[in-house]
Amino acid sequence: MSVMKKIMSTAAVLAAFTASAAQAEDMRIALVVKALGIGFFEAAAQGAEEAATELGDVEIIYTGPTDTTAEGQIEVINSLIAQGVDAIAISANDPDAVAPALSRAMQRGITVISWDSGVAEEGRMMHLNPSSNPLIGNMIIKLAADHLPDGGEVAVLSASATATNQNIWIDEMHKVMGNYPGIEVVATVYGDDLADKSYREAQGLMQSYPDLDAIIAPTSVGIVAAAQAVADAGKAGEINVTGLGLPSEMAGAIESGASKSFAIWNPIDLGYSATMIAHALATGEATAEPGASIPMGRMGAVTLDETNSGAMADPFVYDASNIADFVDIF
Amino acid sequence: MHILKSREMILTGAIVVLMGLVATRFPGFIAPHNLVAVFNDTSPLILLAIGQMIVILTKCIDLSVAANLALTGMVCAMINVAAPGVPVPIIIAIAVGLGAILGAFNGILVWKLDIPPIVVTLGTMTIFRGVIFLISDGKWVNSHEMSPAFKAFPRADFLSLPMLSWIAILMTVIFFVLMTRTTLGRSFYAVGGNPHAAVYTGIDVGKSQFWAFTLSGALAGLVGYLWVSRYAVAYVDIALGFELDVVAACVIGGIAISGGIGSIGGAVLGALFLGVIKNALPVVNISPFWQMAISGSAIIIAIAVNTRAGRTKGRIILKNAEAAQ
Repeated sequence: MSVMKKIMSTAAVLAAFTASAAQAEDMRIALVVKALGIGFFEAAAQGAEEAATELGDVEIIYTGPTDTTAEGQIEVINSLIAQGVDAIAISANDPDAVAPALSRAMQRGITVISWDSGVAEEGRMMHLNPSSNPLIGNMIIKLAADHLPDGGEVAVLSASATATNQNIWIDEMHKVMGNYPGIEVVATVYGDDLADKSYREAQGLMQSYPDLDAIIAPTSVGIVAAAQAVADAGKAGEINVTGLGLPSEMAGAIESGASKSFAIWNPIDLGYSATMIAHALATGEATAEPGASIPMGRMGAVTLDETNSGAMADPFVYDASNIADFVDIF
Repeated sequence: MHILKSREMILTGAIVVLMGLVATRFPGFIAPHNLVAVFNDTSPLILLAIGQMIVILTKCIDLSVAANLALTGMVCAMINVAAPGVPVPIIIAIAVGLGAILGAFNGILVWKLDIPPIVVTLGTMTIFRGVIFLISDGKWVNSHEMSPAFKAFPRADFLSLPMLSWIAILMTVIFFVLMTRTTLGRSFYAVGGNPHAAVYTGIDVGKSQFWAFTLSGALAGLVGYLWVSRYAVAYVDIALGFELDVVAACVIGGIAISGGIGSIGGAVLGALFLGVIKNALPVVNISPFWQMAISGSAIIIAIAVNTRAGRTKGRIILKNAEAAQ
């Protein structure tokens, strides 16, 4: 199995190598993903190609192991070092396991950044997060408020009462409530990321608050269950279910009208930004240091914090106009 | 018989009191349309509790019901995605059939290999969840991939009750007849009540347990389809931990964990009691941290009341001798 994997990853790298030999003057940026064949990363590669076309002199090597293991990624990294690529942008399967191999790459003068799923600080120059907690907190209330110009009542349907991510996002949401006058958060309930409990909690919200205008669910199980409960209650269009969800899971809710829009990071933008950053660092246009601002083409610029990581942008909003393009991706 | 009756009366009373308490905080809870919704929401639990009751009657326990439900549901959803034209009755037949096979697998292990039921079903519970992961690759089957007919069936209204509720009512009636009027039904009681005596009367204990698991599996399979189409989503973790609710419903309903005692009415009422709590907690506006404690306490109180009511006094075999003393 591991021999097979080695052959396959070597073959992938070799193929990329021979293809690139023709135009040796191009900068070669390797986009290393958790595993090949995952829609999310295929979309990121598409974004990387877009950036390459925009930059002109960049060639993208899209590669990764055949399954999501750190060992597989280390083999891929080693072949990339042997090939002498100019930059590696990686979404890591394990933050620590891949760090030594990446440190070696940096010693050989290769620019190394991580994106999506980070690498320990010593193993990369910087890390690009898809978004940040304040941006997500703001986005989930903005999604509801955008459809309520005259204000209204919204309720939050979270995962479990102890879920760290959700609690941080909800806290961040409450901090920016002042920017959304007229919007009132009437309740926060917990569906425990179980479809049946979330469904019941959504039903309970509709009963307890007959004037409810929106349900915000910053969890992918909750948003789907709430949308189903709203559609079953015949209140699609009346109560807008929004929050964080995946396009493939939310397509039905958008179609039924139970959800007008929802958000999650856009993998295309992520691949694009990672490539732009890798290019800027490799050419010396920018340096990765705390407080630095690195340009990302059409995505603006990312500002690094004290751990050399930064947030790309607001979560990307999906609605009836664009969901069809993403439904098969992730 | 009158003891069983009174136990069911106590439980009915408890449910009424509970609904009254909820109504003081949220009057809309006892509106007829809401009670219909509560019953409909509890229907899957009722169906599973009936199956679990039969298994518990034979001194066994089936912890794999929720995993069976999830696996059957995933298979139904995948069939629907692959062949959207397959009509719902055939999907239901496949669900019941597959569920029964999975249940029979438990039954065979208990019957032929003599492995304790709790170990068998703990194992198959994990196996079934693992199989879902294998066949689905960990991916979800989503609402937009399912055909409209597949999703419409449990919600379809018939005489102002959804089909999901009608199925629960229909199964309650069928199993009531099965448990009280057939040889198979009575043999479940005999096997659990006194296995040795059952053997002397010509009842095969292992075989009865096998049938109990098969019936429980068939019901779990049926619920598998209903669950997936009702929530319009299928993934590895659906109904995770639901087997505990099912066992709790049985225990609340006065079904003795040691086997031999219990009734369909008890199982249904036990499920309804839990269903009322589950549906009431979201509307009475109580902190989520309290909710779990409240639903746990309600279960314990119900059981305490139940066992007190059901405590049998020493049987008097010589009436005259007692009178003579």
